Amino acid sequence: MQWETVIGLEVHTQLATKSKIFSGASTAYGAAPNTQACNVDLAFPGVLPVLNREVVNCALKFGVAVGAEIGRRSVFARKNYFYPDLPKGYQISQFELPIVGKGELIIELENGESKVIGITRAHLEEDAGKSLHEDFHGLSGIDLNRAGTPLLEIVSEPDMRSIKEAVAYARKIHQLVVYLGICDGNMQEGSFRVDANLSIRPFGQEAFGTRTELKNINSFRFLERALNYELERQIDVVESGGRIVQETRLYDADRDETRSMRSKEEANDYRYFPDPDLLPVEIDESLLEQIRDELPELPTAKLQRFIQTYALGEKEAKALTASRPLADYFEVVVEAGGETKMAANWVTMKLGGALNKAGLNLADSPVSPEQMGGLLKRIADKTISGKIAKQVFEAIWNGEGDADTVIEAKGLKQITDTGAIEPIIDDIIANNSKQVEQFRAGKEKLLGFFVGQVMKATRGKANPEQVNELLLKKLKG
Amino acid sequence: MHNKTIAELGAGLRAGEFSSVELTRHFLERIDSLDGGLNCYITVTPDVALQAAKAADQRISAGDAGPLTGIPIAQKDIFCTQGVKTSCGSRMLDSFISPYDATVVERLNAAGVVMLGKANMDEFAMGSSNETSYYGPVHNPWDRERVPGGSSGGSAALVAARLAVAATGTDTGGSIRQPAALCGITGLKPTYGRVSRYGMIAFASSLDQGGPMTRSAEDAALMLQAMAGFDPKDSTSAEEPLPDFCAGLNDSLQGLKIGLPKEYFGEGLDAGVAASVEAAIDEYRKLGAEVVEISLPNTHLAVPTYYVVAPAECSSNLSRFDGVRYGYRCEDPKDLEDLYKRSRGEGFGEEVKRRIMIGAYVLSAGYYDAYYLKAQKIRHLISDDFKSAFEQVDVIMGPSTPSTAFGLGEKADDPVTMYLNDIYTIAANLAGLPGMSVPVGPVEGMPVGLQIIGNYFAEAKLLNVAHKLQQATDWHKLAPEGF
Repeated sequence: MQWETVIGLEVHTQLATKSKIFSGASTAYGAAPNTQACNVDLAFPGVLPVLNREVVNCALKFGVAVGAEIGRRSVFARKNYFYPDLPKGYQISQFELPIVGKGELIIELENGESKVIGITRAHLEEDAGKSLHEDFHGLSGIDLNRAGTPLLEIVSEPDMRSIKEAVAYARKIHQLVVYLGICDGNMQEGSFRVDANLSIRPFGQEAFGTRTELKNINSFRFLERALNYELERQIDVVESGGRIVQETRLYDADRDETRSMRSKEEANDYRYFPDPDLLPVEIDESLLEQIRDELPELPTAKLQRFIQTYALGEKEAKALTASRPLADYFEVVVEAGGETKMAANWVTMKLGGALNKAGLNLADSPVSPEQMGGLLKRIADKTISGKIAKQVFEAIWNGEGDADTVIEAKGLKQITDTGAIEPIIDDIIANNSKQVEQFRAGKEKLLGFFVGQVMKATRGKANPEQVNELLLKKLKG
Repeated sequence: MHNKTIAELGAGLRAGEFSSVELTRHFLERIDSLDGGLNCYITVTPDVALQAAKAADQRISAGDAGPLTGIPIAQKDIFCTQGVKTSCGSRMLDSFISPYDATVVERLNAAGVVMLGKANMDEFAMGSSNETSYYGPVHNPWDRERVPGGSSGGSAALVAARLAVAATGTDTGGSIRQPAALCGITGLKPTYGRVSRYGMIAFASSLDQGGPMTRSAEDAALMLQAMAGFDPKDSTSAEEPLPDFCAGLNDSLQGLKIGLPKEYFGEGLDAGVAASVEAAIDEYRKLGAEVVEISLPNTHLAVPTYYVVAPAECSSNLSRFDGVRYGYRCEDPKDLEDLYKRSRGEGFGEEVKRRIMIGAYVLSAGYYDAYYLKAQKIRHLISDDFKSAFEQVDVIMGPSTPSTAFGLGEKADDPVTMYLNDIYTIAANLAGLPGMSVPVGPVEGMPVGLQIIGNYFAEAKLLNVAHKLQQATDWHKLAPEGF
C-alpha cells in the first residue's frame, strides 16, 4: 500500500517583548529562578492581569504578513487545568475569537515549485513556568520566570503532504517571525517550539486518518527526525493490522523515538470561558493601517530586490536574505563602499566562515558592517590586493581598528609606483640568472616564480598586475 | 464619641477636640470588650492602627488632613493588606500574610484612615449569613441569635455595633446591601468598574465590586470618594470622571421619578418589610418625588442566572489555591494529586466546594452552551430590563431583602433557601448597576433595608436620594441596645 502523509503544525513563537503579556516583569532569558516573577506571575490572591499592548502589535504584524483575516475584536479565554508550574490554575489564552484568523504562507519546494499552506489561526497566550525535577532530592522545584511570557501560537491547516514540506513550512514561519522582529527565533532557549500533527491515509482516500500529536519539538532537525519516526511507526502499526490511537506523543531526542504521553480519553476538559478580568481587544482600521505601514520588507520581496538592485545571482541573494540581520549587514557593507558581488562573497564566505569557526552569531561579529565596507572599498580602489585584504580582515577582527588604520599602521598599502617596483625586479633578475635563462628558453611557467619573489620582497604589497606586466617586459625584453 | 459619623469625627479631629490616637484607643477598647460576643473581627491590628493614628495626628496638626484622616475603619478580610493576615474567611488562607496592599487599601491609607482590623466574612465571600466563615459566624448586634447577613457580615455588624466608624465591603450578589439591611446600616455597591478590584480576592470577577459600609449616606459619599476611580492595574476599572460625591447630597428631590418594580413586591416578601419600605416611599412622596410602578420582567431569572455565572467564575478563580505556593497545604502529601486533593479538600469549606463543583460542571464540555452561555444571554435580558426602566425613572426602589435577619443555623442546611435571600439584590450585580441599602423602619426591633438602584455611574444621585431621606428621618440613627 502506498501511504500519503498528512501533517499540520502548531508553532509557539515567543514574542520579543521586554515585559510579560499580563505583568510588568521582565522576559529576559536565563535569570536565577523566580527572580523575574512578580505578584501577578505568582498568582497571589487578588492580583489582576493587564494586557501588554505590544503583544497585540506583534500578533497583528504576523496577521498582516500572512494576509490573514483580522476581526474587530478578539477575546482572551481561560484554559483551566492544574499543574504546579501554572500558578493560577488556568492559562490565559484565546479560544473562540483569536486575534489572527485565516491566512496563508507560500513555501518553496525542492523541485523549485511553491505551495500554499493554509494558516487556520494564530492566537495569543501566556507561557507556563518550568518544573525542575533534577536538582532536589525527592522534590520538584518550580521556576516561574517564564510564567506569563507572551506566545503567539500559529496553527496551520493539515496541508503538508510530506515531512520535507513540514520542515520547509516551519523554517518559513521561523524566517518570517524573525524578519518581522516579533520573535528572536532562538530555538535553544525555547523561543520557537513546534507541535506536529501527523496522520497517514492510502493515496486517493479523501478522509483523514487518525492523527497523533508530537509535542514540544525545538529544532528543525528534531522535527524531521520525530516526524520520520512517527511516520514509520504509524505505517508499521497499520500494516500489521493495528489501529492508530489519537494521542499526544513526546519526541525523545536522545533515543530518537516518540512515546505516548496521554490518549484522547485522558485529555483534560479545559473548561474554556472568556476571561472576565480582561476586556475584549478592540482592533480598529487605523491600528491595522499603522501596522501595515510599519511592516518591514518581507523575505520574498527582499530577495527580489537584492537580485535586481545588487545584480546578484539568485543563490547569493537567497543566502543573504535568509535572515534579516544578514541582509541588513550586507546592505550596510554596500553602503559603506563595498562592491556588491565582492560584498556578497565576503559576507557569506569570509565573514560567515570566521563567525562559524569562532562560534559567534552575526550580532556578535567583531567586524562591523561599516568596517567590512571600508575594507572592500580599499580592494576596489586597489589600495590593497585581495590577498592583503585577508590579512587586514584578521587585524580588524582582532580589534586593531578599521581598514585604513590597519593598512596605515602595518604599511600594507599596495605599491603601484613603477619606480619603486622596477629596482626590485632588476635585483631579482640579476640574482636568478639561471631561472632567467630557462624562462627565455621557453619555460614560461617560471613567471610565477618571479612574481612570487617580487611579492616576497615587497611583503605582498606590490600590485600583482603591475608586477606581471613589468616582469614580462624585462624578461622578454 | 463612637456614635458620631465620619463627618462629625473629622470636624472634631481637625478642631483639635480629640486626637486620632484617642479615638483609635477608644475603638480598640470597644472591640476588646464587645467583639467577644459578636465575632466581627478576624484580626485586630492595634499596632498598625496606633501607628496610623499617630501619623494622622501629625497630618492634622500640619494642616494636611482630608475628611478621612484619622478615622478608624475596618477592612473586610477580602482586601489584601500588606504585612497583615488576609484570610478571606478561609482556612485556605489562614496563614497568608499579603505581600501587597489592594488598591482600595492603598487609597484609603493615603487618605489617612486608621485600620483597626480585618472584618469577618463568609468564606471567599460565598454566603448570605456569615455562617460559612472558617472563623465562625458573626452575631447580629440587634439580636445575637440572628445572622448579620453576608458575605460582608462582619463589616455590617461592626459598623452597627460601633466597633469602627465605617468599613469596606464587597458585593457580588448583594454582599454589601443584604448585611447592611439586616444590620441597619447604609451600604453602597458602586457601578461595576467604579472601584478597583486589584487586591480584592476574586470570587466572581464580572460581578465583584467593593464599596463602603457606613452609618449614613454622607459617610458613604466620603468613603467612596477615597475608594473609587480608575486603576491601571484593573483592566475592568472604568475610565469615568470621578465626581464630588458630597457636592449634590442636599439637592432637592422635587420631581424625582421613583420606579417600584412590581416583581419586588410580590410573593415571598414579608409583610412587615413591605410596610416599612412603603413608609419610606411615602417619605419620598413628601420630599416631592413621583412614584410609578414599573416592571423588570426577567427578575425571576436573576437567581438561577447568578448561580451559573458566579460559580463558573469562582471555580476558575479559586484554582490558584492549590497548596503549592502559599496558603494551606495538607500534611505529608503522597504525590501531586494527593497534594491537590487534600489541600483543597481540607482548606476549603463546604459552601466553597459546592460552588466550585457547580462552576466546573456548567463550564464543562457539553454543558457550556446549555448553562454558561445561556446564563450570559439572560444577563443581557436582565440588563435590558433595567435599561428600559431607566428610560422612565431616575431611581428604582424596593426592599433589599425579603425578610429581616433570620436565625443563626436556620437556613444553613438549605442552600437554595439561603440563595433566595439575595433575590432583590442579585440583578444589580448581573447588570453592573449601582445599588444602595439604607435603613428604614424596623420590624419587631429588627432593621429593614430600602434598596435604591441607580443608572450606571449614578452613585452621586443614589447618595443624594439616600441622604435626603436621612435628613428627613432618624431610622439610620437607631443603635442596637448595648452598643
